[in-house]
Amino acid sequence: MSNILELAWLIPLLPLIGFLINGLGRKILSKGWVSMVGCGVILASFILSVMVFMQTKNGIVLNTSYFDFINVTSFKIGFEFKIDQLSSLFLLIITGVGFLIHVYSTAYMHDEDNKDFAKYFSYLNLFVFSMLLLVLGGNFVIMFIGWEGVGLCSYLLIGYWFKNKGYTSAANKAFIMNRIGDLGFLLATFWIIKLVGSVNFDVVFSREGLSAITNAPYAVTGITLLLFIGATGKSAQIPLYTWLPDAMAGPTPVSALIHAATMVTAGIYMIARSNVLFSLAGHTQTLITVVGLATALLAASIAIKQNDIKKVLAYSTVSQLGFMFIALGTGNYIAAVFHVLTHAFFKALMFLGSGSVIHAMGGEQDIRKMGGLHPHMKITSITFLIGCLAIAGIPGLSGFFSKDEILAGAYSVHGYGKVLYGITLFAALLTAFYMFRLYFITFTGKFRGTQDQEHHLHESPAAMTIPLVVLAILSIIGGFVGVPEALGGHHELAAFLSPVVKAAEHQLDHNTEYILMGLSTMLVIVSILFAWSKFKNYKGEGEATGFGKVLQNKWYVDELYQSVIIHPLKSLSAFFNNVLEKKGIDGFVNSVGKAVHYSSRQLRLLQSGQVGLYVLLMVIGMLALFIIQLFV
Amino acid sequence: MDIKAYIALSLTLFSIGIIGVLTRRNAILVFMCVELMLNAVNLLLVAFSKMHAASGIAKASVHYASDAQIFVFFIMVVAAAEVAVGLAIIVMLYRNTHSVDINFLNRLKN
Repeated sequence: MSNILELAWLIPLLPLIGFLINGLGRKILSKGWVSMVGCGVILASFILSVMVFMQTKNGIVLNTSYFDFINVTSFKIGFEFKIDQLSSLFLLIITGVGFLIHVYSTAYMHDEDNKDFAKYFSYLNLFVFSMLLLVLGGNFVIMFIGWEGVGLCSYLLIGYWFKNKGYTSAANKAFIMNRIGDLGFLLATFWIIKLVGSVNFDVVFSREGLSAITNAPYAVTGITLLLFIGATGKSAQIPLYTWLPDAMAGPTPVSALIHAATMVTAGIYMIARSNVLFSLAGHTQTLITVVGLATALLAASIAIKQNDIKKVLAYSTVSQLGFMFIALGTGNYIAAVFHVLTHAFFKALMFLGSGSVIHAMGGEQDIRKMGGLHPHMKITSITFLIGCLAIAGIPGLSGFFSKDEILAGAYSVHGYGKVLYGITLFAALLTAFYMFRLYFITFTGKFRGTQDQEHHLHESPAAMTIPLVVLAILSIIGGFVGVPEALGGHHELAAFLSPVVKAAEHQLDHNTEYILMGLSTMLVIVSILFAWSKFKNYKGEGEATGFGKVLQNKWYVDELYQSVIIHPLKSLSAFFNNVLEKKGIDGFVNSVGKAVHYSSRQLRLLQSGQVGLYVLLMVIGMLALFIIQLFV
Repeated sequence: MDIKAYIALSLTLFSIGIIGVLTRRNAILVFMCVELMLNAVNLLLVAFSKMHAASGIAKASVHYASDAQIFVFFIMVVAAAEVAVGLAIIVMLYRNTHSVDINFLNRLKN
């Protein structure tokens, strides 16, 4: 075979086949077969993705249209794939991390019924298929199919334990909030169709396509803003972020795959893909920066006071996504993609680690009831620690490089760069603090759970620990693809992505960069030590007061949405239901019916059955006719 | 004779018939009144026929002189048939209910 890229259509197709086999055969297949099929197809996709990656690394890319998806007279949308450096990198993340999480799931979900087990794997495979479609799509419409598909799978998997009503409403919340964002994406697509007459990335981002957009009034800002709204929904940014913490209702591997490593980065992928367009829209970029910054800070502050192990990680994810948006807003697209890569490793690692902890604790998620777990589960503890070090940005680990690049990008923004840098750095310090708070409370100190739980504590099986170890290794070395020049590297990632994503224009001189790195590293270590002194012998704390209470209650954002949006909406619906629908429309229809009924009851009395009366009426009628005939 | 006299007699007979139908409850009387109305019409038909036969129009076509009188025979035949059926019904009615009161016949109501 001359070119492996010709077979790229197999990469999304295999998970789809896995979905069909597991979904249709869920009543007959045993758990072993389901695991084999579920993991096998992803492994095959991963191998293909690696081969594709090798090709794109050599600069070979492929834009291909398999068939006409929509064909309306002169307007055609093909089922197009665009396989280039950016999409092949995402292919690796999705199938690689996805495969590890599939393997992990075989052990984590082992207590489920056969049927539910197969259902779980079929959803997971469908998710991988949709996500692959999203990144492979060669135009906005194909991307949108994947975009909707991942939203659907996210909904299905959050509500996987659908018998719990709280979980189903969390699933609904995720789906509805995503829909709000999706509307933005759709409108942007329509606008692009109107202006350019095509949705193909190459056409839209060509010189002619861009000039068609820039010549129309407000179009650049409008389209990018709408796309950004789509991204805020999928990637959990203010104001649509509240679904992500609730999405933790799903099984933990799902949180790791969908709500940390892959789906939530779809917004970043989409903006990175459209970077040419976004670079033209200054106002939108400013907004993206502000929103990213606010989200990073807000979510980090909430994470400090959360006591649910998965909620902390969820807010951490929101916060890290905020960092990525800061990078996007400052035009530092490479850094954003780089952070997606490293974040996928260490956040998947920590979610799987938390899953291992929850597994050992018999379903307990409250860190106040844990503590001192290190001696019981050394692998989980050590890999989790590596994840924490990576996300905190300790030099040498992956998070350091990507976060440092974002910080440097923020610093070099003209004008307000130093303020931006300061706030971003503060959010990064909060990150280090809450991650180590989580680590110390969970793994050090004394055990605070029940005797039964303590007796039950055990390390997880190999199917769970091996993915942890692999991800830990990736979290350590993952950053070395993007070592900046200041540290003697070449930033291979930037070079690799350069055909698709242009590098940030601004370059700091090396001395400034050393100072920034030293400063952030020092402060991160200080905040870790602070967390250590505060939480190494955690014995529980009293009721939170004052500001702490505000943080614990997540700034009351959910309550705010409840009272500002949901409550008025519900009252409005109740008004429409009770007044307009029941009294207005129903009243009108019913009164028509009543009028007919009443008048027919009255007319019925005429038919009395008295023949004499009929005859009399007949005679009267005849007389009337005569009179009319004669005198009128 | 003047046609007006025939019309007056015919109208009188017809009115008597109608009033009889409306006021009487005895089925046989109602029946007789219906016959009276039919015969009032027959009388009128014959009277008009004779009147037209004497006028100029009938000279052109023989049919004008006799059509109405033939029509009267038809009516008589129909009336005879009607009487046969009607009287049979009344007889059956009497056998079943021992009454010929037409107001008694509203039992299909409700």
